Amino acid sequence: MPCSIHSFQFKTNSLKDETLKKPGIKDRLEDLFTGIYDAYRFILRFLKQAVRPPFDFQEIIRQCYEIGYKSLPLITLTGFVTGIVFTKQSRPSLVVFGATSWLPSLIAIAMVRALAPLVTALICAGKVGSNIGAELGSMKVTEQIDAMEVSAARPFKFLVVTRIIASTFMIPVLAMYCAFVGLLGSFLNVHQNEKTSFVTFFADAFEQISFLDLGTSLVKAFSFGFTIGVVACYKGFNAAQGTQGVGKAANTSVVISMFLIFIEELVIVQVSNWIRYF
Amino acid sequence: MENQHSIDRTQRVITIRGLYKSFGALKVLQGIDLDVFKGENVVVLGRSGTGKSVLIKIIAGLLPPDKGRVDVLGKEVDTISEDELRALRLKLGFSFQSSALYDSMSIRENLEFPMIRNLPKATRSEVDKMVKETLDAVGLLDKIDRMPAELSGGQRKRIGIARTLMLKPEIMLYDEPTAGLDPVTCIEINNLINEVQERYNTSAIIITHDLACAKATGDRIVMLLEGKVAKGGTFEEVFTSDDPEVKNFYNYNFIE
Repeated sequence: MPCSIHSFQFKTNSLKDETLKKPGIKDRLEDLFTGIYDAYRFILRFLKQAVRPPFDFQEIIRQCYEIGYKSLPLITLTGFVTGIVFTKQSRPSLVVFGATSWLPSLIAIAMVRALAPLVTALICAGKVGSNIGAELGSMKVTEQIDAMEVSAARPFKFLVVTRIIASTFMIPVLAMYCAFVGLLGSFLNVHQNEKTSFVTFFADAFEQISFLDLGTSLVKAFSFGFTIGVVACYKGFNAAQGTQGVGKAANTSVVISMFLIFIEELVIVQVSNWIRYF
Repeated sequence: MENQHSIDRTQRVITIRGLYKSFGALKVLQGIDLDVFKGENVVVLGRSGTGKSVLIKIIAGLLPPDKGRVDVLGKEVDTISEDELRALRLKLGFSFQSSALYDSMSIRENLEFPMIRNLPKATRSEVDKMVKETLDAVGLLDKIDRMPAELSGGQRKRIGIARTLMLKPEIMLYDEPTAGLDPVTCIEINNLINEVQERYNTSAIIITHDLACAKATGDRIVMLLEGKVAKGGTFEEVFTSDDPEVKNFYNYNFIE
């Protein structure tokens, strides 16, 4: 078939023009709302499947181990350093007023109310979210999820429901652990400078912590855990074809999770303050 | 090994009528009509991008059709409930082009997985026995505790087929079973497809563009061109055709 190099060049150029055409605002908005609707249907599907037997307890426990236990070293380090640094940074301001004895309660309020759930969620959004996004994305593009589907193995239940449940329940546990480790770090610094005993430090620390603080912190952590699980599973389970899709699924899992975590943090703090001062 | 088995021409296991499927502006299937009879191996041939894989994904309920009707074992795939689709899929075996083995599981776990998920009351010894029998049937019993990454392409294909056999399917769907394999392994896979047909009395759709595979495994050949069935019949009927498009296809397959 006659085909000159010029006509070939012309064809590839016109193809480039079409494929590289940037989507307009209308297309972007359409994509955004379609994505939100798809995510809503994904969450509904999760809720429906989560309460419907059979339950994959063994896989849920395995995922709890993967998400919870394997995140412990990173959470330990981060929580401990956060506690020490926050104490060191707060001391000079309190010294001016001669109020260094307030350090334990200040650190406890900061760690329990805000820092522990937020730091844990951000760490887990990076570690757990990218891991789930890449793992499910890779399974999707190599047709492993389709293979489970055609063998009637209920991949949504096995892969998605188990991971979201594990993430929702493990992040609060890790957040409480992070708060405890942070307080330990803070204690070491306070003990070194003010010679405060372990018992005195923790008695002072918990004196200012109310059930509302603990409750709000747990609600936040549950909410963050659910968000990380849903976003990562949604992105991985719907990864586009090819290895590029796997990278994109992992990356967008982290970015969207972090964005939503900050939004949730704002909303929950606002609501808890309304309750506190009602 | 030539395919010699009985076909029940009175019983259709798959019926496709007026099937259309597009992806955006790309029209893939444009009015496919196809019947598969009980015990029959139908080979679907065609160039890349003619919608062969899309066709079997629609049959397995992995993709919805835009228009048309697909009946599998008397059930219309697109309209049945999720539970009915699951029950139907237990009777379907799907061998993927990439084998699609679960790479985080050993070969034993890969084979156990569909059985454990679908037959929770099966005992440990029943599952073990079934796994060993099936691996023996594909000649890879010695690889039972290996990981998928440790196997060759041909071995992975065999394991992929073995996994589908764990639930004793009535219909097998093979997507490019010999793609990317050397000629000797291709012959082994062709023989395995015929063995599966004889041992499990399955009907099958085999998607390929390998004429040797088509000749060795197909009772009937269906050729897809531009999303439509261009030619159908036995291997000899199709490849003695004067249709220039059909001729063009087999001239490039370098087969005597």
